[in-house]
Amino acid sequence: MSDVPAPRHIPDRLDKPLSSAIFSWEALLVLVAVAIFAINSVASPYFLDPYSLSDLTFNFTEKGLIAFAMALLIISGEIDLSVAAIIALASTLMGMAVQAGAGTPELVLIGIVVGLGCGAFNGLLVTRLGLPSIVVTIGTMSLFRGIAFIILGDQAYKGYPESFAFFGQGYVWWVVSFELVLFFIAAVVYWFVLHRTSFGRRVFAIGNNPVAAQFSGVRVGRIKFILFCLTGLMSGIASVLITSRLGSTRPSIAQGYELEVITMVVLGGVSILGGAGSIVGVVLAALIMGLVTFGLGLLNVPGIVMSIFIGLLLIVVIALPIVWRRLRGNR
Amino acid sequence: MKALLKYREIWLLAAVAVLIGLISTRFPAFADPGNLRQVFNDTSILMILALGQMVVILTRSIDLSMASNLCFTGMVVAMLNAAHPAIPIPLLIVIALAVGLVLGAINGLLVWRLNIPSIVVTLGTLTIYRGATFVLSGGAWVNADKMSPDFIGFQRAALLGIPVLSWIAILVIALFFVLMTRTALGRSIYAIGVNPTASVYTGIDVGRTKFIVFCVSGMVGGLAGYLWISRYVIASVEVANGYELNIIAACVIGGISIAGGIGSVGGAVLGALFLGIISNALPVINISPFWQMAISGSAIILAVVLNARGERQQGRVILRKVEAA
Repeated sequence: MSDVPAPRHIPDRLDKPLSSAIFSWEALLVLVAVAIFAINSVASPYFLDPYSLSDLTFNFTEKGLIAFAMALLIISGEIDLSVAAIIALASTLMGMAVQAGAGTPELVLIGIVVGLGCGAFNGLLVTRLGLPSIVVTIGTMSLFRGIAFIILGDQAYKGYPESFAFFGQGYVWWVVSFELVLFFIAAVVYWFVLHRTSFGRRVFAIGNNPVAAQFSGVRVGRIKFILFCLTGLMSGIASVLITSRLGSTRPSIAQGYELEVITMVVLGGVSILGGAGSIVGVVLAALIMGLVTFGLGLLNVPGIVMSIFIGLLLIVVIALPIVWRRLRGNR
Repeated sequence: MKALLKYREIWLLAAVAVLIGLISTRFPAFADPGNLRQVFNDTSILMILALGQMVVILTRSIDLSMASNLCFTGMVVAMLNAAHPAIPIPLLIVIALAVGLVLGAINGLLVWRLNIPSIVVTLGTLTIYRGATFVLSGGAWVNADKMSPDFIGFQRAALLGIPVLSWIAILVIALFFVLMTRTALGRSIYAIGVNPTASVYTGIDVGRTKFIVFCVSGMVGGLAGYLWISRYVIASVEVANGYELNIIAACVIGGISIAGGIGSVGGAVLGALFLGIISNALPVINISPFWQMAISGSAIILAVVLNARGERQQGRVILRKVEAA
């Protein structure tokens, strides 16, 4: 083993040949997205309309925002199933604040702080006590949403201030919504953090081998804690957007979002086992899920049937490369 | 190892006893044998499901599709009964087991043949199976008035003073106990969870065993499908929506390690009972049912914290030694 010479030059970034870019996961997703886009525009005459397309974006922006942070978390080898419950709790507390006469800035602050607090709680349980995140967040998922149920019961909070409606319903320019702008800003920020900073490199290192990462001086616990906080923060932001868009809060708000967010992340090519993934993939997966839901919606396909397509898409897109590789390997 | 497992269950049993004791200080009739039998009966379906989930979790996998499987199979059985009331109930149960088996086998094949992580496969089939229920039923419900009296009455009939539903649960518990402690398959399920690589070297076919495990959880889900529908006498797309997490919660409270290899039949049963007692007790001690979710959430977190103490040592010891050196 020792007579293998050490490589003299380790590149900071591996040069990828063009062929690998063509056969990459992202390329496959682009292909799927274009195909779905084309099918949609043929299937429904209402699809290729700037206003419809603008409506389409609301299908994925809120979940997509959480998916970016979730992608980093899953790459580091952890998971957070409590994101939808965080949305419910943050929204409930915002509703309480409205009843107490809070204005728009306070509401946004409450949403974000509650999200961050819930994320930090998850992070503390996982990193300080060394507990498996999947179980911890199943627990906090019941706990957070449970608190929302205790506060609200079968009631609903309404009466959000008019200026608060901007976040979920406002447009920045023509048909470009505030949510969409936020989505792309977050995409760029998360892309930069994950792919262009030492922090991002450490996240990959932790996901690939936490023990080796620890011995190379990476503060595994602290980085995981930060990632849980980020996921909570993004859920808090999503809570502000959803509450603003719906204009009311029920404890069942955003039910089942956690699985859709995770589907988005996995469809985006992030390995559920950790250590691999890209933000570009997650953006494309968000787009694909938005296109599928919206396109089928235009064709009057009920939501529950759409979920079959999302489920099939998830399994097929992940199974295809495996089958493909196996077929080529057998030849 | 065995002593540790026993230890864990005794603590859990004590927790359940304390819980019943606390409740009976506020509502003495709760600890009546008759009422406890009722609680057991109410929890039967969750216990059965938790046992199916347990064998999956033991092999380091997870089955998120169980509640959707229950929903789909329940709909199949209910529609069959509505269309052909003459089909005898035992045959319907066999059909439920078979449909569940097929759904479980699909999960198992994807995990075994394509090596896709089980959480991804079952996340997909979770939505697919529930969506398929909608396609099958066209969104319609099957109500009590369309079901035959036998269909509804079978599990309610008393046998030696105990409803058939409870007997089915007892039978399933006994079968799982034999499977896990008296068969080579049970032993290899534990082995895979503790160390998959070593299992391969001892001649265990890890992929095939995982396939079998998913078939088992599928059959259990199918059986629970019939039991659930005939108990709550309505079959719809919304049946048991989100219940997959309750099943996992029962396992976690029962001390089954999500990392695989640790857990027992007694633990899964007690974990399910713990949740069942809470949901039965809240109304009688005048706590709003809206508290249930937060209470079971706290119970899950507490259970993981307590269980983790026993599990943590093994993996960390090496690291500590190196750090100390």
